[in-house]
Amino acid sequence: MTLLEVELQKMKSEIISMWDLVISQLNKAQQSLVSFDKDIALEVIANEKRVNGMELKIDRDGESIIALFNPVAIDLRFVLAMLKINYNLERTGDIAKGIAKCIVNSDQPFDEKLLHDTQILIMFEEATDMLEDVLESFRNEDTKIARTIFKRDKFLDEINKKIDLNVAEYIRANPTNIEQSLYIHSSIRKIERAGDQAKNIAEEIIFYVEAKVLKHTSKKNIEE
Amino acid sequence: MAKLDAEKVNVYYGDHHIIKDVNLSIQENTVTAFIGPSGCGKSTFLRLLNRMNDYIENFKKTGDILIDGGDIYDKKVRVEDLRKRVGMVFQKPNPFPKSIYENVVYGLRIQGIKDKSKLDAVVENSLKKVALWGEVKDKLQQSALALSGGQQQRLCIARTLAVEPTIILMDEPASALDPISSAKIEDLISELKENFTIIIVTHNMQQASRVSDKTAFFYLGELVEFGDTDQIFTKPVKELTQNYITGRFG
Repeated sequence: MTLLEVELQKMKSEIISMWDLVISQLNKAQQSLVSFDKDIALEVIANEKRVNGMELKIDRDGESIIALFNPVAIDLRFVLAMLKINYNLERTGDIAKGIAKCIVNSDQPFDEKLLHDTQILIMFEEATDMLEDVLESFRNEDTKIARTIFKRDKFLDEINKKIDLNVAEYIRANPTNIEQSLYIHSSIRKIERAGDQAKNIAEEIIFYVEAKVLKHTSKKNIEE
Repeated sequence: MAKLDAEKVNVYYGDHHIIKDVNLSIQENTVTAFIGPSGCGKSTFLRLLNRMNDYIENFKKTGDILIDGGDIYDKKVRVEDLRKRVGMVFQKPNPFPKSIYENVVYGLRIQGIKDKSKLDAVVENSLKKVALWGEVKDKLQQSALALSGGQQQRLCIARTLAVEPTIILMDEPASALDPISSAKIEDLISELKENFTIIIVTHNMQQASRVSDKTAFFYLGELVEFGDTDQIFTKPVKELTQNYITGRFG
């Protein structure tokens, strides 16, 4: 193994650790939403600092690899993709923290009907699954899995589109529960963005493995 | 029309098949880098282009090498004339043990040019083209051997330019130089491209990627991949090319 390969392996391990942590952050945010366990939500908020620390470390490592090893071809694409995935994961970590803050700020458990009507738990589940699947795609350099993410992001977009109507309807029926409704509204927006981050990561994996740039391309081209 | 075309070129040294069926087309005013591991045939191929292999024992070539559409191995072509059109710079600076001035005009004197004002003008122009004029204009009669390695190499390039070639071949021209001299040679290559077609053999991948427009990767005498340098170093088509440029070889 060349020195560069050793460094790239280290970087891969670091980003997988960060990825695992961010998935756990999303899972815990969902868990605390359902169980209204503020301790778990506070743990998510505290762990965000770890995510930030990992982001800084991976950024520094990427800078060093480019400066010291002058990677080319697949190695260069790998480092460039890692730097972008690093950013996407950090943003996803922020999203988990943002939702956890809503839970901490809420003074009573979330109404099950509100959770059901807005489909927030389905979205949460899907966004977390997407992040897990792109991780599997990354581990195995399997771009077929990465390509499945784009459709699934559309699914999240569809739920998100209905959120104004769904929340407004709930508020009309439950006018005393406005605060919680707004928290859920804001959280759904955040989860939709987590889906976007997973989609961005899928694009980076395809770029790194296949040298294809899928940003700003049509859905048809992406799925080919 | 391409400046240089190689068509089904094979080279043998006795029983050794050194270059295998190489087809290559090089456009005018471009820099082309030949890369590949030692013994891959890149220097042999480079030396074919100004017939430096002709005197090697048991050398045999098949296929055609055309410059400006003309076969340079045609019997009517005089090697001396060819080398006026195709200059060469070597790995180790090789100034003659003469003055700086005499080094530059050496080729012209062989051609029988004696007009001092013409020779003076060529010396000044050639040294200016290699950015050496400012450093040596007051000591043109001093020995070229007193110059630094980097200056000697630029002097050798000036000597090549003095006979007004259209193609310049460079066989690892910066590998014996320190990083600053090496950077000057690289800058020079990109400036010379405006007026010359340059072909460079280098083991330094970063140098190849910095200075060249096109890159040709040779392996075991075959031209594995030839394309835009940007493409070769970001998304090579052949796995062998990727393995070589990323250092995962053998």
